[in-house]
Amino acid sequence: MDIQLNGQPTPVATGITIGDLIRKKGLDPATIVVEHNMAIIKAADLDQITLKEKDTLEILRFVGGG
Amino acid sequence: MNSIHSMDSLTIGGHAFDSRLLIGTGKYPADDMIPTIIAASGSRIITVALRRVDFEATTDNVMQHIPDDMQLLPNTSGARNAQEAVRIARLARATGCGNWVKIEVIPDSKYLLPDGHETVRATEILVKEGFVVLPYINADPIVARQLEAAGAAAVMPLAAPIGTNRGLTTREMLQIIIDEIKVPVVVDAGLGKPSQACEAMEMGADACLVNTAIASAADPVAMAGAFAAAIRAGRDAWCAGPGAIRTSAAASSPLTGFLYEQE
Repeated sequence: MDIQLNGQPTPVATGITIGDLIRKKGLDPATIVVEHNMAIIKAADLDQITLKEKDTLEILRFVGGG
Repeated sequence: MNSIHSMDSLTIGGHAFDSRLLIGTGKYPADDMIPTIIAASGSRIITVALRRVDFEATTDNVMQHIPDDMQLLPNTSGARNAQEAVRIARLARATGCGNWVKIEVIPDSKYLLPDGHETVRATEILVKEGFVVLPYINADPIVARQLEAAGAAAVMPLAAPIGTNRGLTTREMLQIIIDEIKVPVVVDAGLGKPSQACEAMEMGADACLVNTAIASAADPVAMAGAFAAAIRAGRDAWCAGPGAIRTSAAASSPLTGFLYEQE
């Protein structure tokens, strides 16, 4: 199935949780913030949410800026 | 007075800081020079931006270069209206980095000028949500006053467009803001040289935020130190109270006892 990940249509495995996806991408959950269908997700809840077709997921982190 | 830190502290959002130089984390030749820049600048407050993770790039995590005792000031760069700024601010707070936010609402990509109306709207919302809000604004005294009324912890008027290194092009309006606004005034954007930051402080600004001028210098660490010294000098001069400006000369030496005969 496809989700919208950081603005791009992205195929992910059916039944995958947000936590699974983050680990699959090699990201440290402590360094990112996640928004799922416009709702901010607490780190503790990342493994509780199973992604569904056409979900919107934003994974963000701090970068250098002024 | 010769230490890296000012003697009188800067208070924003109920916190006192012993440096009046705020720095950014953008555009350095390498992010791993950030700790050295922080040390050279003496800065206690540092900005960062929030962006989508690029899954293709092996990007460095900028946070690993920022000591825990720094006050983090996430900006809302990328926001084009109040709603987007509020969304970014909430996401930034959700990282656990604290409740400070620099509001940037920029609908214009050529001059990167901020939208005052949308900035006020975002500030009103975020103050109610418990954020310590530092809005980036054009040097507009009316917008500054509206932000103060909305509960902004400071106002951050620009000296010149972001990244231009052009100095105090908004001097007249900055002076009005400094004279009229009671919350701290942090001159942000466009300062290119330490002398310009020094002048802003001599005018009575409470602090300056410098990113590009340090990051784009041939030696960013040395430039960070130079800005720190200039800001300290300017603050000390303002505290000392500059003497009056006159149109005619006023001799510094006695006008009596000259070595010639009085006519």
